[in-house]
Amino acid sequence: MIDVDNKLHEFDRHMVWVGFAKLAPISLFVAVFGAAFGLAATQAGLSDTVIVAMSTLVFAGASQFAALELWGPDVSLITLVITVFAINARHLLMGATLYPWLQHLPLAKRYGVMLVASDANWALSMQAFGSRQPGIGLLLGGGLAIWLSWVIGTWLGVLSGGAIQSPKALGLDMVMGCFLLAMVVGGDKNLRLLVIWIVAACASLLAYRFLPENSHVVVGAVAGGIAGTIWTESKHEH
Amino acid sequence: MSIETTGLGALALVLIMAFVTLVTRWGGVYVMSFVPIGYRVRQFIGAMSGSVLVALLAPMALQGDNAARLALLTTAATMLLLKKPLPAIAAGVLAAALFRQF
Repeated sequence: MIDVDNKLHEFDRHMVWVGFAKLAPISLFVAVFGAAFGLAATQAGLSDTVIVAMSTLVFAGASQFAALELWGPDVSLITLVITVFAINARHLLMGATLYPWLQHLPLAKRYGVMLVASDANWALSMQAFGSRQPGIGLLLGGGLAIWLSWVIGTWLGVLSGGAIQSPKALGLDMVMGCFLLAMVVGGDKNLRLLVIWIVAACASLLAYRFLPENSHVVVGAVAGGIAGTIWTESKHEH
Repeated sequence: MSIETTGLGALALVLIMAFVTLVTRWGGVYVMSFVPIGYRVRQFIGAMSGSVLVALLAPMALQGDNAARLALLTTAATMLLLKKPLPAIAAGVLAAALFRQF
């Protein structure tokens, strides 16, 4: 499944642009969520500058919404750090899964492209690598598209005071979930992967039910990974 | 320890959040640079990449409302049928929107 012997890690301006264009349609939805965040943050009492700065620098929606829940006259530092870390811990796994290709890049590029790593562009690039296509351009270009939409959307949300009152009624809360599912379904499928996914799903659900909040992604992913080292790919597969 | 959200305190909190998120974006790559990538590690990484998505989606499907479940089901079915992500996502979102209208 992972083939590191060729030049799949290479990317140029054109490939970045392709990634940007590929995620541009999804980015429109991201902008809508950015607007929802901008509105929610205004209502939570954050100043306009702080809100836009947060979307620009943090660029991780779920953790930003969670930070709003903690916002008050003062904020407990430890709670904020743990919450943000736990929600964004899945980035650790994304970085690790990209490493077989990132390792061939010089340090500045390797860590540079990770600045814009998020769910959608990571999934897109992993799907490309899975079918032996170059993926770093998709990661960077797609990431820039999403980052830009997130920041612009946030800014519009702050300005407009909630043009979209209820993204949920329009089904917009499901965009990211549907996108990620489409990536799963569109990738390789075989019995080994199916078993791995079942292990991951069960572990994730158990963690969701019994372990601290936000641990389910990491627990599920690691469980799936372990399952993959027990049932390894047959070496004759390709 | 608490930080007040007046004035520069709020910006400091944003910078702390940005730093923590950056640690997660860079940490996995950094740690992996010390791990020799042998056959087992490759198998682990390969299996983990799909599992991250599944682990994100499973609670969404189980704990979400019926609209969420219908959206995911529609996306999966459309994707299997057409093998194109955009129509699949659009169909899923539309399904959730329609379901919530009634």
